[in-house]
Amino acid sequence: MSDDKQQNYAINIKNMTSHYGSVKVLDDINLSIEPREIMVVMGHSGSGKSTLFRHILGLKQPTSGSIEVLGKDLTKLDKKGLYSLRKNIGVAFQNGALFSSLNVLENVELPLREHTELDDNTIRIMTRMKLEQMNLADYEELMPSELSGGMLKRAGLARAVVMDPKLLFFDEPSAGLDPVTSAELDQLILQLRDALNMTIVIVTHELESAFSVADRITVMDRGQQIMTGSKEEVKASTDTRIVNMLARKARDEEIDGDAYLDRLMEAQRVK
Amino acid sequence: MTFTPFTNTGLHIINLMERLGRAGIFLCTSCLRIITPPYKLSPIIKQIHFIGARSLFLIIISGLFIGMVVALQFYDALVRLGSVAMLGAAVGLVLVRELGPLLTALVIIGRAGSSICAEIAIMRNENQIDALDCMAIDPYRYIIVPRFIGAIICIPILSCVFIVVGIFGGYFVGCVLFGVSPGSYFGGMFDAVLWRDILMSVIKAMAFATITIWVATVKGFYLHLDPTAFGSEGVSKVTTQAVVVSSVSVFFADYIISSIIL
Repeated sequence: MSDDKQQNYAINIKNMTSHYGSVKVLDDINLSIEPREIMVVMGHSGSGKSTLFRHILGLKQPTSGSIEVLGKDLTKLDKKGLYSLRKNIGVAFQNGALFSSLNVLENVELPLREHTELDDNTIRIMTRMKLEQMNLADYEELMPSELSGGMLKRAGLARAVVMDPKLLFFDEPSAGLDPVTSAELDQLILQLRDALNMTIVIVTHELESAFSVADRITVMDRGQQIMTGSKEEVKASTDTRIVNMLARKARDEEIDGDAYLDRLMEAQRVK
Repeated sequence: MTFTPFTNTGLHIINLMERLGRAGIFLCTSCLRIITPPYKLSPIIKQIHFIGARSLFLIIISGLFIGMVVALQFYDALVRLGSVAMLGAAVGLVLVRELGPLLTALVIIGRAGSSICAEIAIMRNENQIDALDCMAIDPYRYIIVPRFIGAIICIPILSCVFIVVGIFGGYFVGCVLFGVSPGSYFGGMFDAVLWRDILMSVIKAMAFATITIWVATVKGFYLHLDPTAFGSEGVSKVTTQAVVVSSVSVFFADYIISSIIL
């Protein structure tokens, strides 16, 4: 692969290893994400996907290896460089992480107030456009405590994209939502990618949501990257851990369960 | 690994040093952010309102009763010694040098310090501080600096209010109830209280303000680094610790400042 090609990656992680104290939590992670791609990082609780998320955001430094985000090596950036890079990155947290003392409008406009010299009127117009995009136009005066789970996530998403970032991270978009709200949020993510031309990284353990939005999927288990590939490649995988994950989900949802169970038996036979 | 009493003690000392070092770096970073631009007035005013204006009534009530009880105690003692004319001097000195700044700090620790610590700890628990970091907004500048400036402005002013109200509480007991002459009450006070005493009072109030807000913010801010503090129980634990540590630290600082100035 040429150097020019490497520089075009939105995210490029090479041989990254990470520890919490003496415990290895991520082992030799290699991941390249193209611009405008939706990459879903999938795995059970404790698989290391959230730790990977923290590394890509520069909230935690790796023990070894390198992490390039938008062409900048995070391991070599100082605080100022990191903050300058983060102005091009939007992050939507699982619970929205909205400030409880600010209403929805004030929460969403916060990055614009902090990072731009725009006047109040322009900030309000830009913020309201994003709220409308998220179907939150009628709720701008509400406090976070008055919002439902889905609305909190959409408000968090509005705040994450208010600066039109090049890169969007979304932590567990479907967690705690009913299937209808979850599907609406998935649609919103796809619309956002098309409207704002951004690269999106989603961390989730929800298979249905992952398969509906992903261009490619990375599957994690116990700090290891089991595989990275297209949805079809993941579905066709014979790796026991992946098949187990899919079979368990199929059993839970009673969707095409027999096919997955057949594949589970096939995988065990191959192993 | 076998843990002997020596290794346990060693681990505790290392842990304590680590926490003290972290708190020291936190204080230095906060001070650096206070003196460097950009400056934003509205969050500071919001904190002045929260720490100062909303504590004012409590400070007035506390100051009034403390002044009254101090006058009552001194009146009883001075009658035995036959020096009732010294009542104003005694009340003034005790309030200005000691009780004004000390009790103001304790009231603020209980009312605002605990609330600030819990608020920051919840922000940490709910990823709001990480969210600030991810939005390239410095959490020190956004959360810590307004609270530091608010406390350092408000606590000395509240301490002055406490002293003034306390003096009038003492006046009510001494002059109105027990018939001490107002002239000797205020005259004795003006003769006894020197500029050095007022300076000591201001220094103490500012030192106590710094300690109070430092402990409250650092405890909440580093909630996630304490493995024994998790969830709502963790918030409750660090808030209790903040109140205890800042109260004891204020008593310790009180002795140190008094011994240096006197």
